[in-house]
Amino acid sequence: MAADHSHATLAHDAEGNVSPPEHTHPDWGTYKWVALILTVLTGMEVWIYYIPSFTKTNLFVPTLLILSAVKFTIVVMFYMHLKYDAKLFRALFVGPLTFAAFTIVGLLFLFGHLKISF
Amino acid sequence: MATAAIDAHDAHMGGEHPPTSTGLNNTKVAIWTFIGSECFFFASLISTYLIYRGRSPVGPFPHDAWTDPATGHVFKAILNIPVTSVSTFVLLMSSLAMVLAHSAVVRGDRRSSKIWLASTAILGATFLGFQAYEFTSFVHEGLTIHTNLFGSSFFILTGFHGAHVTAGVIWLLTLLFIDIKRGFSPDEAINVDVCALYWHFVDVVWIAIFTLVYLIK
Repeated sequence: MAADHSHATLAHDAEGNVSPPEHTHPDWGTYKWVALILTVLTGMEVWIYYIPSFTKTNLFVPTLLILSAVKFTIVVMFYMHLKYDAKLFRALFVGPLTFAAFTIVGLLFLFGHLKISF
Repeated sequence: MATAAIDAHDAHMGGEHPPTSTGLNNTKVAIWTFIGSECFFFASLISTYLIYRGRSPVGPFPHDAWTDPATGHVFKAILNIPVTSVSTFVLLMSSLAMVLAHSAVVRGDRRSSKIWLASTAILGATFLGFQAYEFTSFVHEGLTIHTNLFGSSFFILTGFHGAHVTAGVIWLLTLLFIDIKRGFSPDEAINVDVCALYWHFVDVVWIAIFTLVYLIK
């Protein structure tokens, strides 16, 4: 099986030997920024929860879901290194995750929590 | 050639391993497969919670006050968002400590790896303390696993998440014990890496639970 490591730029020396890539995972600075962004997004989620005029609008739930999805993606991409790792790992996670998400949505339709009006 | 390149990459990341058919470390393949299966597990619990949401004939309710018609007792909204927001922040910071622990092991910095592994375990235990406080206060306020559909689905969902955090804390303490006893060489960073992947997964599950259970009214 030809595993895909296209994310890594591999260097070759004069004899053609492969040497490891220089920067395959984030550094301390990136981790700090990620933590800061996650904290700000969590703060935003809690903040909008306490705005009564906003919680009554149709934008409230989608906004929370988008903020949550962004946080989820950031952790998976940077802390779990999925942005930098082999594509097989991505498939092993994203495949079941997608299937699980469709299962939740399907069950919500079946039990009448979500409706499509024609 | 491709396998040699992958091995070189893994060696650089502290994940040197014997040749495999995929060219990838089998331990990492296993933990990602396990995490994939955990997606289904938590999806079933989350969908159960969402299906039963708003269908409890009796309170207490998560976001609204409820008056018991038989006794006239008023139950206030049960969820304590400020406390849970702090515990969410604690779990997010534990993920930061975890990546720093892994990074320290990869660099061969034994002092930092011990500090960050201990920090992650302490933050995880703090999260569990918040959860124990929350569960106890709910029971005192009249919500148990038997009270209504909300109580059953809430305690099952967050309880199973808490059990995962507990397993993660035990795993972290085991790694910390090994690190104190003999230390991890950069070649053994995969041992910390798989624990880190599990820990971050527990974190992302909480990101979903915090929004779906606590914030969406």
